[in-house]
Amino acid sequence: MQIPAQFDYVRASTIEDALALLDRHGAESRVVAGGHSLLPMMKLRLARPECLVDINDLYELDFILPEATQLRIGALTRHSALLESTDVARLFPIVIDAERVIADPIVRNRGTIGGSLCQADPAEDLATVCDVLHAQAVVRGPGGERILTMDEFHKGPYETAVAQNELLVEIRFPIRPRSGSAYEKVERRVGDWAVVAAGAAVSFTVDGSVDDVAIGLTAVGLDGTISEAEAVLRGRRPSEVLFAEAGRLAAEASLPVDDQRGPVDYKRHLADELTRRVLRRACARALETQTTTMQEG
Amino acid sequence: MTITETHAPNPAAGDADRPIGYGRIQRKEDPRFVRGKGHYVDDIVLPGMLHGAILRSPVAHARLVSIDTTRALAHPGVVAVITGKDLLGLKLAWAPTLSADVQAVLVTDKVRFQGQEVAFVIAEDRYAARDALELIDVDYDVLTPVVDARHALDPGAPVIRDEIEGRTDNHIFDWEAGNAAETDAVFASADVIVKQEIVYPRSHPAPMETCGAVADFEPIEGALTLYETSQAPHAHRTLFAIVSGIPEHKIRIVSPDIGGGFGNKVGIYPGYILAVVGSIVTGRPVKWVEDRSENLMSTSFARDYIMQGEIAATKDGKILAVRTNVLADHGAFNATAQPTKYPAGFFHIFTGSYDLQAAHCKVTGVYTNKAPGGVAYACSFRVTEAVLLVERMVDMLAQKLEMDPAELRLKNLIKPEQFPYKNKTGWEYDSGNYERAMRLSMEIAGYDDLRREQKEKRARGELMGIGISFFTETVGAGPRKHMDIVGLGMADGAELRIHPTGKAVVRISVQSQGQGHETTFAQIVAEEIGIPPEDIDVVHGDTDQTPFGLGTYGSRSTPVSGAAVALVARKVREKAKFIAAAMLETRPEDLEWEKGRWFVKGDPSVGKTMAEIAMGAHGTVALPEGIDGNLDAEVTYDPPNLTFPFGAYICVVDVDPGTGHVKVRRFIAVDDCGTRINPMIIEGQVHGGLTDGVGMALMQFIGFDEAGNNLGGSFMDYLIPTSMEVPNWETGFTVTPSPHHPIGAKGVGESATVGSPPAILNAVVDALSPLGVTHMDIPCTPARVWAAMQGRATPPI
Ligand SMILES: Cc1cc2nc3c(=O)[nH]c(=O)nc-3n(C[C@H](O)[C@H](O)[C@H](O)COP(=O)(O)OP(=O)(O)OC[C@H]3O[C@@H](n4cnc5c(N)ncnc54)[C@H](O)[C@@H]3O)c2cc1C
Repeated sequence: MQIPAQFDYVRASTIEDALALLDRHGAESRVVAGGHSLLPMMKLRLARPECLVDINDLYELDFILPEATQLRIGALTRHSALLESTDVARLFPIVIDAERVIADPIVRNRGTIGGSLCQADPAEDLATVCDVLHAQAVVRGPGGERILTMDEFHKGPYETAVAQNELLVEIRFPIRPRSGSAYEKVERRVGDWAVVAAGAAVSFTVDGSVDDVAIGLTAVGLDGTISEAEAVLRGRRPSEVLFAEAGRLAAEASLPVDDQRGPVDYKRHLADELTRRVLRRACARALETQTTTMQEG
Repeated sequence: MTITETHAPNPAAGDADRPIGYGRIQRKEDPRFVRGKGHYVDDIVLPGMLHGAILRSPVAHARLVSIDTTRALAHPGVVAVITGKDLLGLKLAWAPTLSADVQAVLVTDKVRFQGQEVAFVIAEDRYAARDALELIDVDYDVLTPVVDARHALDPGAPVIRDEIEGRTDNHIFDWEAGNAAETDAVFASADVIVKQEIVYPRSHPAPMETCGAVADFEPIEGALTLYETSQAPHAHRTLFAIVSGIPEHKIRIVSPDIGGGFGNKVGIYPGYILAVVGSIVTGRPVKWVEDRSENLMSTSFARDYIMQGEIAATKDGKILAVRTNVLADHGAFNATAQPTKYPAGFFHIFTGSYDLQAAHCKVTGVYTNKAPGGVAYACSFRVTEAVLLVERMVDMLAQKLEMDPAELRLKNLIKPEQFPYKNKTGWEYDSGNYERAMRLSMEIAGYDDLRREQKEKRARGELMGIGISFFTETVGAGPRKHMDIVGLGMADGAELRIHPTGKAVVRISVQSQGQGHETTFAQIVAEEIGIPPEDIDVVHGDTDQTPFGLGTYGSRSTPVSGAAVALVARKVREKAKFIAAAMLETRPEDLEWEKGRWFVKGDPSVGKTMAEIAMGAHGTVALPEGIDGNLDAEVTYDPPNLTFPFGAYICVVDVDPGTGHVKVRRFIAVDDCGTRINPMIIEGQVHGGLTDGVGMALMQFIGFDEAGNNLGGSFMDYLIPTSMEVPNWETGFTVTPSPHHPIGAKGVGESATVGSPPAILNAVVDALSPLGVTHMDIPCTPARVWAAMQGRATPPI
């Protein structure tokens, strides 16, 4: 049994209560959601918060709410809830692709989307997903609510714009017509963090050319999406040649490091290979939804 | 994972269908495990018990400059802090290993591997003990470590064991088997020779339960009770007596339920000794249970063999000889656990299942700045390494000769009529029908169809591989004329008592870590004397309750202890005959046995059941002379030879050409372990071992960086396969009984772990062969497979 250093523990009952507790317990207090990132770090004594503010009773943060132009997801929504949601599957298949390969069912039953994003592990899968979906993060603090783009939200490895006395409360995914998305990850074993993973989201104009596209890579040292690769596709009809070019540029942009999961050249190769695969699948999915919408219409 | 039954299960129905003896019955121990009522070392709570925690070295090689325990001692709840200096005074700073070396219990002079034991804190609870570790101030003078075994013998290499007088290098031993000159001669005249370096990298058994102990020293009686995670309680008691000076009759070792061992719980770890010292020093019981990282970083690892293999054959595929030079990394202390005369374990069975003209091996053991160990993880004393070597070499030969690897094996397997077969390194294989097993495996696999499918896929650029491994093990150590562990013969005892009402208790010297002994051994008794298995209690794990014996590892329980149990049951059966004769007022020679009952020849209606005889024995029946009034017996079994289980495994993999990711699609395992006592338990052992094999072949690896930092110190980095990585196991079996074993049984606990990694690796190489790949080393992680695809395969170490 690995044993964390001593800490206090309080349980919040509402968002306001959680914010007040964070304020009261000060700089060394931390929110605990699913605990699947924070507790392992505490057991290894890499994190030593003096007080944990448990937000698991904040049911108001546990929701998946489709609206006309966006999908709203509460920060306390569990991985498993995302994986099981038909709304999510219909609108953003990339989330399902990613959730299938995040950890294992035990972790997914507890871990939350909010915790994943706030942990900001460089190999974290949902960050890439949120990046390519142009998600917005809703953050609440003593001074009220802020809405951030993912660029504003991410501040580098293990750092976000969420201050110690703030809560991430909600993620919003804008819904686009004629769109498709996909995620693919290479891992050494089920439940392992990504060697490399790629995500893509595309939307098409009515005449079948790419309206907007976003490409992101996980675990290769990049912040945000890869504009060089995206530019190749925008305004054009998708083709294997363009996917290959986008893959090449994504690999070029990536900044992987050599570690136990693989050497740099392999990770670059994966950046290329996986970019091509997710673009292919995202486009196919977009065209599929287009066909079904047309049939329905 | 689903499980394919290749034969009909025993109906789970009423007692009438349950076999009295061998057969498929549910495990007697499982009700307590599935209800969460197992009782492990960490469940033990004694009155007044204290908790220990070990401070471990953050660096791999360093001179110890100073330790200051003042702040730790001042921490609330801390009772004592023990350092190497304290142990020097008690003459306990160094303890003998199982390989004629010594190991530091706590560092006195120099740290020799990362994770080594530096100090021991004893506190009122485990939180205080853990917190106090951070308050011990240690000053290390860091030295250059020896990490790469290939450079351990370089002239300028730092000398790790400089505490041993006169030591100027890191050499531990050279060991040879076979005949070098004969082998060289065969190689000189062979048509074809294939050479390859094959690396079996360091892995770790990682049992679900980590190691731990509760020591309870009673000062008035001078008696020690030690609860510990041990696969060999009796051997541990003797060693504790020798090391501690506590008389052996005052030591009681109890191994309660053990949550997996795989060889990880054979040795005596510093933590056990520290718990004992702690109890002596404080006068209170002391519990020490290591955490996962401590287990991975400091306890017995497995493998770490760099093997230069060579195989010689005629051009039409007759294998003539195998030779190999091995560099064995033993870590900082030589603490491998195997019969003492065999520093490379039973590696010299690398001749495999083939009829060779010559063979030779030379193994050189070296010290490095890594955790000690080496023989662990279901390896049958290094048969794993031997099988990987020979099965990889045979596959490479097939590739070179452009022969089908199944055909090449069939051509060279030892023939049934050649048994007992003497191989070229001194083994006598007891029995086998290899071709039958190979053909059955191919039949279950649909081998020819698989090859056809592969051809079609290759034409489309898909990477599908088919890998074969045919293995022969040598298990059940061992005959006292050939082997011992630190002077203790490798025999096992058994005692059987039939209570007056016909219920029985059998006491055995081996210790289950999940193998199902409480069921299998009851079934052996049941088969011999006809009492149902549920009426037979199997007692093990407590040295005060059981006869002496060397414990469970190297698949030896059924070959050795199983034989002891069968023989003790036969002894009781024989005694029962005399008592039955007295009860029936007839002569013993007029009685005939049917399962459970002696009856009068020619008059089956007149007889006595075992229960009646038991009551008679303890009752008032006038007993014949020389027969005392009980139905008990005991034996100690010294095996005449080892047993040689074997198997034919076929693996099918698909490799993603874009990512190098390997998917094990099918795995066919045909095992022959002689007489099958409980087929369900055998299949369970095989399924577990195959899963281990997937782990070793695809992901499990303890690596080190240049500074000697362990890179596999948690389950984040040391990957263990899950149900998602393993296919539907397809098992089959043949039965070739061991001629010298009382019931014809051979060990099976490690067969699948030994046999499966080469099948998977051979399948991966086969998949990559269209790209010109002839070899890669395990683990076949996506990155390593991809490198091999680029023609840049590198050894993992
Ligand atoms: C074995 C294992 C394997 C895993 N594999 C993967 C994987 O493959 N891919 C992957 O992406 N993830 C993986 N994870 C991480 C998993 O997804 C976690 O659930 C997730 O990273 C953290 O979510 P949590 O709710 O558990 O957060 P916690 O551990 O509770 O918190 C993480 C951090 O976020 C902060 N926090 C949490 N919620 C909020 C909030 N609402 N507002 C402000 N701050 C907050 C906490 O203070 C803490 O700093 C794995 C985890 C484990 C244990």
